[in-house]
Amino acid sequence: MTPGQRRWVFLVAIAALAAFYLWGLAGLPGFGNYPGPYGTIIDHNAAAQTHATGVVSAVNFEYRGFDTLGEEFILFIAAIGVSTILRHLRGERERPAREEALDRDDAMAADAIRMTALLFVGPAVVMGWYLASHAQTSPAGGFQGGVVLATAVMLIYLAGQFLTFRRISPVDLTDAIEATAAGGYVAVGVAALVMGLPYLSNFLPLGGTPGAVGSSGTIVVISLFVGVEVAAAFVLIVSEMLEQTLLVPEGN
Amino acid sequence: MQAFPFVVVAWILAVGLYGIVTSRHLVHQIICLIVVQSSTYVLLLAVGYRRGAVAPYFSDIPAHTPAVDPVVQALSLTDVVVEAAVTALLLAIAVQAHKRFGTLDPHELVEFKG
Amino acid sequence: MISAASGVVTPYTVPGWLMDALQATVLVLVAAAATGVVLIRQRVRQVVALSVYGLLLAVLFLVFQAPDVSLSELSVGAVALPILLLLALAKVRERDR
Repeated sequence: MTPGQRRWVFLVAIAALAAFYLWGLAGLPGFGNYPGPYGTIIDHNAAAQTHATGVVSAVNFEYRGFDTLGEEFILFIAAIGVSTILRHLRGERERPAREEALDRDDAMAADAIRMTALLFVGPAVVMGWYLASHAQTSPAGGFQGGVVLATAVMLIYLAGQFLTFRRISPVDLTDAIEATAAGGYVAVGVAALVMGLPYLSNFLPLGGTPGAVGSSGTIVVISLFVGVEVAAAFVLIVSEMLEQTLLVPEGN
Repeated sequence: MQAFPFVVVAWILAVGLYGIVTSRHLVHQIICLIVVQSSTYVLLLAVGYRRGAVAPYFSDIPAHTPAVDPVVQALSLTDVVVEAAVTALLLAIAVQAHKRFGTLDPHELVEFKG
Repeated sequence: MISAASGVVTPYTVPGWLMDALQATVLVLVAAAATGVVLIRQRVRQVVALSVYGLLLAVLFLVFQAPDVSLSELSVGAVALPILLLLALAKVRERDR
């Protein structure tokens, strides 16, 4: 099929999709007129039931906690998939890391960029940890905190410290941390089972003030585990991709 | 304003699909897939929006203020992070395909022999 | 930002029509950025365009009263995804050398 024919088939298909989309759009209540009862009920009752003032995190880790467990495992399996696909093939050998670091150093950016990147590592770690541990009080949560923590580690690589990046994130250690955190989330659910409650019930004390740091029971614990797992998964993915640039085919 | 966000969603979807269909490079296709996925986040948040409402965080405002729907926000939030990991998986496949076949053109990568 | 129609008065309240205009403007910018990402043909420029698109999406989610989603999209779409894409492009380009 030539590119011209492909374009015509695409236009016909998009016209059909647009027709169905407009037909479905005609049945919606319009932008800004959200009618549904579910969201309103959760808004009114979440702060009183779970003592968490961040209702989105309460929905994520408490009302729909099982769903979030599934999403976290999608992330886990994607990281495993990247490790498996990017394994060493037959006929490839790895250049020593020191040679590669010297090569990269020559083409590196200005000193100002490296300095700024290094200066931001500390605040990024603090910010990531704050986001991962304050899920119930404000716009925060495990997923955002994990990504910011991973960014802090990536900043070390971007500042030109390639060898330091490899030394602080060895693949085995990152694998172990990620697996422990993912298992921790499952273990919180199993702990509720051991006490005779349904899986993933909130069995820890809810705390006095809604929105205080120690309040809302298992939401804090789950959010910390999710944050560590997401950070480890992203650091693992980036180190696997970086290792690829070290591989050369045999005979070079 | 009643239907404008949904029209923008349809536009982003169509533009992304056009990019995927008429692309000659696997990494360009992956970037257009990212654009298509982002249109679904805008759609979810537009469905849950209530005019004149606040964000659903009640630490400094009275407890029964009308707020937007928190369930679609929870869905979009986890979706954004998981999308990045799945994109990394696709990129890994593209890198290995380039190693095996030497090209990233989807028209030439048609035959996969085991 | 809170719109005045909900009855809550805080130091950040804005009139209702201003919120509508803001949302319409950011939606138009997002549509233009998406078109730009698809139509640019050089790889590295496309990655930079994707980063700008992620930033605009984060602003859009903020205006839709969803600060959590905005945080996620900012750190993922403007930082993590471009780094992954640039690493893959570097690997692919180096073999062509």
